[in-house]
Amino acid sequence: MQLAKSSSGLERVLLVGNPNVGKSALFSRLTGTYIITSNYPGTTVEFTRGYLKTDGRQVEVIDVPGTYTLQPTCKAEEVAVRMLDQGGVVINVVDATNLERNLGLTLELLERHLPLVIALNMWDDARHRGINIDVDKLEELLGVPVVPTVAVTGEGVKELVSRLADARIPEMAFSSNEERWAKVGHIVAQVQSLSHRHHTVGEAVGDLGSHPVWGFALAAVVLAAAFWTVRLIGEGIIKYITDPLFDKLWAPALMKLSSLLGSNSIWHDIIVGKLIEGEVDFTQSMGLLSTGIYIEFGVVIPYVVAFYFVLGLLEDIGYLPRLAVLMDTLLHRLGLHGYAIIPTILGFGCNVPAVMATRILESQRERFITATLISIGVPCAALQAMVVGLVGEQGLQYVAVVYGSLFVSWLTIGLILNRVTRGFSPELLVEIPLYRFPPWRLIARKLWLRISIFITEALPIVLGAVLLVNLLYIFKVFDFIASAAAPVVRGVLGLPKESVIALAVGFLRKDVAVGMLVPLALTAKQLVVASTVLAMFFPCVATFVVLLRELGVRDMLKATGIMLIAATAVGGLQNLLLPG
Amino acid sequence: MAEKRVMSLVDLQAGQEGVVVGISGGHGLLRRLEALGIRPGKKVAKISSMLLRGPVVVRVDGTQLAIGFGMASRVMVEVDATG
Repeated sequence: MQLAKSSSGLERVLLVGNPNVGKSALFSRLTGTYIITSNYPGTTVEFTRGYLKTDGRQVEVIDVPGTYTLQPTCKAEEVAVRMLDQGGVVINVVDATNLERNLGLTLELLERHLPLVIALNMWDDARHRGINIDVDKLEELLGVPVVPTVAVTGEGVKELVSRLADARIPEMAFSSNEERWAKVGHIVAQVQSLSHRHHTVGEAVGDLGSHPVWGFALAAVVLAAAFWTVRLIGEGIIKYITDPLFDKLWAPALMKLSSLLGSNSIWHDIIVGKLIEGEVDFTQSMGLLSTGIYIEFGVVIPYVVAFYFVLGLLEDIGYLPRLAVLMDTLLHRLGLHGYAIIPTILGFGCNVPAVMATRILESQRERFITATLISIGVPCAALQAMVVGLVGEQGLQYVAVVYGSLFVSWLTIGLILNRVTRGFSPELLVEIPLYRFPPWRLIARKLWLRISIFITEALPIVLGAVLLVNLLYIFKVFDFIASAAAPVVRGVLGLPKESVIALAVGFLRKDVAVGMLVPLALTAKQLVVASTVLAMFFPCVATFVVLLRELGVRDMLKATGIMLIAATAVGGLQNLLLPG
Repeated sequence: MAEKRVMSLVDLQAGQEGVVVGISGGHGLLRRLEALGIRPGKKVAKISSMLLRGPVVVRVDGTQLAIGFGMASRVMVEVDATG
């Protein structure tokens, strides 16, 4: 048995464990507020780094993606193994309520001759569930320190840190997986004893969540509550925080800038935009600092915050895997697996984070199908608000036609893409964790992390996009597109020539484009066609850029082609079939 | 002695228990299932299955797993014919 480096030589700490064992909660306990999330080079797998202060030094801590085995079965696990190859002291986070499965990974780690300390996490849960583990015996059998912890409350974390210096590399080797699992069974038999327990309330509700009938009823309730909460929070932020800030502080500042630049210069048009009745109008001025900033912070961010909050909550409670199981049957027919429901739901807030979230999917094929379907059939919050407002005036049945058309298109195009897209989509295989209520601190921290990533990644894209569209507008490119597209718009979609400009502006902002339909006095039918086509025919420019980045040029062009064809076909069909 | 019957996880009834006797599939599938606790000799209880060839939900070692239909149909379990 050899001793690992002393704590003064401690270079970095790797947190390794199965998914759903409280690894991230422990990470948050160990590190301070300064954390960095990045993609592992050359992959879409994200990981988080932070720093631990111990012995007056800063030690890098890496939250390695959750893995069940070191014989990788997916990309996240490949990344986990590559990170281990770079060395460091490993804190193996073990779920005390599921010792057997977790120890499989532990033994694999020991075979790699990595200095190891075990955090026997969820210690409180194990006790409640009548699982007794002899910690000293486990330590003796494995030959490495074992510290019981409760990461969400911080219990045992101090001791864990103090024992990092005792990390050891015992000799261990197995000739086969069978032999390793036999050893695991042998260890568990010696250290674990179970007392009788009942089926808990949490488990009963847990079973309900993945019930073939009641699961859907529960999902309907949960999703309705989720969307209601998102709207409440999103509108609350806009009404009480961002709109007052824009009106009271930003607008006066922009007016000063406007008089400085002089209202006739091209710079004025690009930076401040056009003044509407002598004032800055955040939705119509189209300047970089007026509409550009407003889209990002006044329209998109409030809903993204609300969506990330609700999603984080559902994720930490443990509901998402159940939703994935329920949706798997349907999504499987579209060549996806149940987890594709997560980016799809995000898309109802904003398509940009939704396309970014397709990274959680394993294959390029799944990411392509999911992202294309989101761009076509999932209207973002801003667009929905305008559609419901404008089309809703004509009667709710028309709104239903728009949503119905989008859903049918989403489904049909998915079925087709599953047939024609090459490649293979893996089947669903997930653990369904017990429901847990996460501490608010952790939820807040995750929310903050996601929002800061969103702002740093998406803000430059949105601003760049506004600039681009401004230039196109100023140099009359839109007018050119409009006259080129006019025959199709009039002939196939039955819309007046003037609506072409609105459709072209949809490239920048779909909600503004819907607004531009107002003065055209369209009939109810025309409004339905125009709204549906706007939602489907092209992603807004920010989504377009994110699609380009996530999918690459070829798949993005393919997705765009599909959107144009689908929008024309669906709009044309509506024009033919709808009465009026 | 009770008579034993071998069937796949798909054919197991909700609420029924069985012991895994074999997995017919490639090395990759075997490894993935094994790491999650599905391997020969393990006791598995079926909780539910989604309609229309949807995923199967089972309990093994106190945790629940959802397994896609195709995969589940390749996991063979042995059950008491009377049970």
